[in-house]
Amino acid sequence: MRELAEKLAGRYGAREWRDQRRDLSSVTVDAPKLRDVLTWLRDEAGYAHLAFATAVDEIERKVFRLTYAVHNHDAGHGILVHCEIDRERPVMESIHRLWGQAWTYQREMKEWYGIDFPGSPRVDEEFVLEGWEGPPMMRRDFDSLAYSDATYAERPGRETRDPAAYMKEKLYPEADA
Amino acid sequence: MSDKKGKPAPLANEGLPPEERGFFCDAPPREYEPAAKIVEDFWNWARSQSLWILGFGTGCGAIELRPLMTSRYDMYRFGIQPRPTPRQSSVFVIGGYASVKTLKRIVRSYEQMMGPKFVVALGSCTINGGMYWDSYNTIKRIDQYIPVDVYIAGCMPRPEALLAGFQELKRIIRAGKAEGQNEYARDFERYKANQKRVIKDWNMPDYNW
Repeated sequence: MRELAEKLAGRYGAREWRDQRRDLSSVTVDAPKLRDVLTWLRDEAGYAHLAFATAVDEIERKVFRLTYAVHNHDAGHGILVHCEIDRERPVMESIHRLWGQAWTYQREMKEWYGIDFPGSPRVDEEFVLEGWEGPPMMRRDFDSLAYSDATYAERPGRETRDPAAYMKEKLYPEADA
Repeated sequence: MSDKKGKPAPLANEGLPPEERGFFCDAPPREYEPAAKIVEDFWNWARSQSLWILGFGTGCGAIELRPLMTSRYDMYRFGIQPRPTPRQSSVFVIGGYASVKTLKRIVRSYEQMMGPKFVVALGSCTINGGMYWDSYNTIKRIDQYIPVDVYIAGCMPRPEALLAGFQELKRIIRAGKAEGQNEYARDFERYKANQKRVIKDWNMPDYNW
């Protein structure tokens, strides 16, 4: 694996190579080089299978971190290729020409995080939600509870208790705190 | 059935394209008018003895219907059996949480069921949202959208609880108190307004009959 890490670093400036498990490593690249990295991994290094692609909202650092998981079935080894894009301008290059199934993941990320992939087939269609009018709901600044309270009627009388305090009150009130 | 109050205003069916509006009914549902008491009592007894469940598992609670069907709990001995289509079913079991996307199908299926029809709502999610109380896409109480005859609390309720719930439903039916269908007809406008408030892309008839 050392050899592959050095090649990626030398060719594409990949950094932060980490062996997470014997069969899984992760590496970070710059977003503009991602497509080249994936192409090279697919065609030259044997990582021919795109297992999934997903995003993480790192709101504190004002970025979306995209993760592409590729797998080499001959070597029994997978790589998580990370890259970061600006949270204010969430646009990323589409990789649907490298792997046909990638458009599904990209459509998912468009709906859930609002990350656009220009040119990706059907990227603007709704994915799992129907008639959703709110902001992308997996963004961490989306307040699910406030939305739920404003949208869905609630049955009165629901109480929330701290389990530890409530059990003490009910079962052994004489005990000290 | 006859119209006592005169013909109600036809439904607009605005969610459908104009050329499809003619395919669907534009009359709202009407209340059931019972026959003479002795006849109705006999019918109610018969109805309570053959509860046919719509085989539509709307949430995770539907998993409890499988042990109920098979030999260990065997709901067939109570005259309960699943049917593949709403047109043949008389009981709709709401199996736990309902997302807005599922709610749309629940409304369609419920309205397609022939009367007399009953709803059993299973699990805490149907009662007050349960563990999905802060979810952006899950409704918190099903009785805002369709009428409910029997609730079975629990997360999940076990098959025994479901059997007890069905026995309770039978008791209500025999007593002639399973009024869900009539409530839906009486409060049709309120139910419809609630449904349309959460189902934003309303592209189906106003009454799916």
